[in-house]
Amino acid sequence: MRQAIKIGLIGGVVGILLSLIGMVEAFSQRDIIAHVISMGHTLLITVALFMGYLAAKRTPGKGSLRILSNSFLSGLLLAGMLALLVMAGSLINLRKVFINASPLLYSLLTFGLEKGIGALLLLVIGAMSGLLAGIFYLSPGILRRVLIISLGSIVSAGVLQDLLRPTFALWGPLAIINEWLFTANGLTVQGAIGLFILIAAFSLFWSRKGSAIQTGFRQLPPAPQRILKMAGIFILVFILLILPRVLGLFLSEVLTIVGLYVLLGLGLNIVVGYAGLLDLGYVAFFAIGSYTVAVLTSPELGFFSLSFWEALPFVIVMGVFSGVLLGTPVLKMRGDYLAIATLGFGEIIRILVLSDFLRPWLGGAQGIGKIPKVFIGGFEFAGPQQIYYLILAGCLLVIFISLRLRDSRLGRAWMAVREDEDVAQAMGINLVAAKLLAFATGAGFSALSGAIFATKLGSVYPHSFNVMISINIVCVIIVGGMGSIPGVIVGAAALVGLPELLREFAEYRLLVYGAVLVAMMLLRPEGLWPEALRRRELHGEKENEAESESSLKLKSG
Amino acid sequence: MALLEIENIHTYYGHIHALKGISLDVNRGEIVTLIGANGAGKSTMLKTTSGLLRPRQGSIRLKGEDLTCYRPHEVVAKGVVQVPEGRRIFGRLTVKENLEMGAFTITDQRLIESNLEHVFRLFPRLRERQKQVGGTLSGGEQQMLATGRALMASPSVLLMDEPSMGLAPVLVDLIFDTIRQLHTDGTTILLVEQNARMALQVASRGYVLQTGTILLSDNTENLRQNEMVRKAYLGES
Repeated sequence: MRQAIKIGLIGGVVGILLSLIGMVEAFSQRDIIAHVISMGHTLLITVALFMGYLAAKRTPGKGSLRILSNSFLSGLLLAGMLALLVMAGSLINLRKVFINASPLLYSLLTFGLEKGIGALLLLVIGAMSGLLAGIFYLSPGILRRVLIISLGSIVSAGVLQDLLRPTFALWGPLAIINEWLFTANGLTVQGAIGLFILIAAFSLFWSRKGSAIQTGFRQLPPAPQRILKMAGIFILVFILLILPRVLGLFLSEVLTIVGLYVLLGLGLNIVVGYAGLLDLGYVAFFAIGSYTVAVLTSPELGFFSLSFWEALPFVIVMGVFSGVLLGTPVLKMRGDYLAIATLGFGEIIRILVLSDFLRPWLGGAQGIGKIPKVFIGGFEFAGPQQIYYLILAGCLLVIFISLRLRDSRLGRAWMAVREDEDVAQAMGINLVAAKLLAFATGAGFSALSGAIFATKLGSVYPHSFNVMISINIVCVIIVGGMGSIPGVIVGAAALVGLPELLREFAEYRLLVYGAVLVAMMLLRPEGLWPEALRRRELHGEKENEAESESSLKLKSG
Repeated sequence: MALLEIENIHTYYGHIHALKGISLDVNRGEIVTLIGANGAGKSTMLKTTSGLLRPRQGSIRLKGEDLTCYRPHEVVAKGVVQVPEGRRIFGRLTVKENLEMGAFTITDQRLIESNLEHVFRLFPRLRERQKQVGGTLSGGEQQMLATGRALMASPSVLLMDEPSMGLAPVLVDLIFDTIRQLHTDGTTILLVEQNARMALQVASRGYVLQTGTILLSDNTENLRQNEMVRKAYLGES
């Protein structure tokens, strides 16, 4: 009971916060299902559902009546606080302090109805959401999963409609789906229901038969298994190759940005994920790569006019060299101290580039322009649809190197350093070499990414290399899963790709980052696609119990 | 010539003179123990030997080869391997991965295999639990793992730092049994212990350390009889 009240009040505070910072209002311009529910309402209902679920989960004992009443109560309280906000807003002018407390917000919260009835409806909906979450909590696991997946896909289809609609429109036969599924703003009602049934049926099928299919695959003899795997890889590569043609210009641009972050993330993954050295100045190497290409290729400065490919070896060498240069003074630092020292390094590079002293060579605040595009033979990597291939090639190369490094002797040395520096030395690992190699490799990858970034933009400016980039990359790795290569890709897509696609998010990007990070640490601290080791650490108890049980059985049998 | 010869070592922590001219030697196949109170310099001595701390003066020789200026990983490669204080196993790696990490300096795959077999014969518990994550082992098992991990490097001299620390009395007995077992296998051990009673039972010779200098050195038979040792370290009156 007390728990339910507490959770409901917390939910209310979250709801009021989301409303007062303008998120609800901004989000309600987009409908998830046309004329039925907007993104803003979805946001609030999601909070109510989550809080109701939490209240149900925290209820001591097993009585379903108590669980339901608790989740009902938390939903009611949440809605009650929002209703209070509306009431308070109609009595006094909150706008003096909270500029987002607009009449539009109040009408959204009361569903466009007259205040009293609207507030009542708000209470009913809040309580119902809580109750539904409680019922959801009590329902069997399979139903819960199916519901989550299908509701989640409706919401994502609604959120990503601007991405899906033009893509479908490009492809003749798919245009019919477009008509059926989408209106100008949001999904159609029949589309949403259809999608729900389709996804639910599929996920139901998969949860019933998925494991059977997987074991069936494993029971195949190795030869067909390999053929199937190869076919899978082939299809994946094919999709990757045609992606920019399918997606069009804007989405290809987003893809290239995600791709650059994947490259950066893979590089930092070696430093942070493999060797466990928290580097917050990683943007420095990105800047060094960009500026090296700019200085060597741009005719604007007139020192050199190499082609991109001629400049590339210098870029990598500069990156590796600066990695060692940063690595040497911080060799003896650990953890937080290392993070702060590297943070400083990132800023030093940016400020150096900005300085008047280096202006004749690096262009100062005006940056360097006229960086030529990349050519292979007669093929020009002009726009995002072409540069995509350059980045894809870079990513594949870096993934390949990362995989090889992970399984190498050096990779094992990094693993030991990450786990325990002192003991790593006692195992006969050359700590200095291992750390410097990690910094150097990571810096090399980052410089490569910077080089591509410079040719993509055609110019470089100091302010493109601020500390937020470093933070973003660290977030990508944490959200994706430390040390995991697929994790970096997933993390980059989630943290860099999605905000680019959702214009509503732009303003709340940092807020969403913070919320996502906190939620990740609470719910899935190992990351979205974790490496096996981390998964073992954080969710290992069950498996270990099972293993020790089986070993006990072995002993007794 | 002794296998490990340490001569007149002076080690400083900043201005603090921690080791004031320590000399000791360890012969092949022998267990030598270093006992002393907290802060006497026992762990400093081991850290200096393994290259983690650099002495200002003195020399450390293994089989006549001067190791004094070697870096820690080079010392390990030469065959002086440490079982760190407080076990310090890799908690997130499995038992087998821990052991394989111990063989980092060895590139010969067959030697790694045979060392692994040797460790598993010595500690059958580790064989049973080889897929288990190190952090979930009990204290005694972790000590076995730490010892096994050091043995994976084919050490000429094993430096053991407080192997009995924080273990239940039953497990302390077990650990000292394995030390005896290692001795019969012919391993050379320099054992640092606070549990002087047990240490003086397994070792053949001992050094008593006090505030950075060696107070006494003798065979353990005599040390056990020594009035001062009995009073200060064995708690007898």
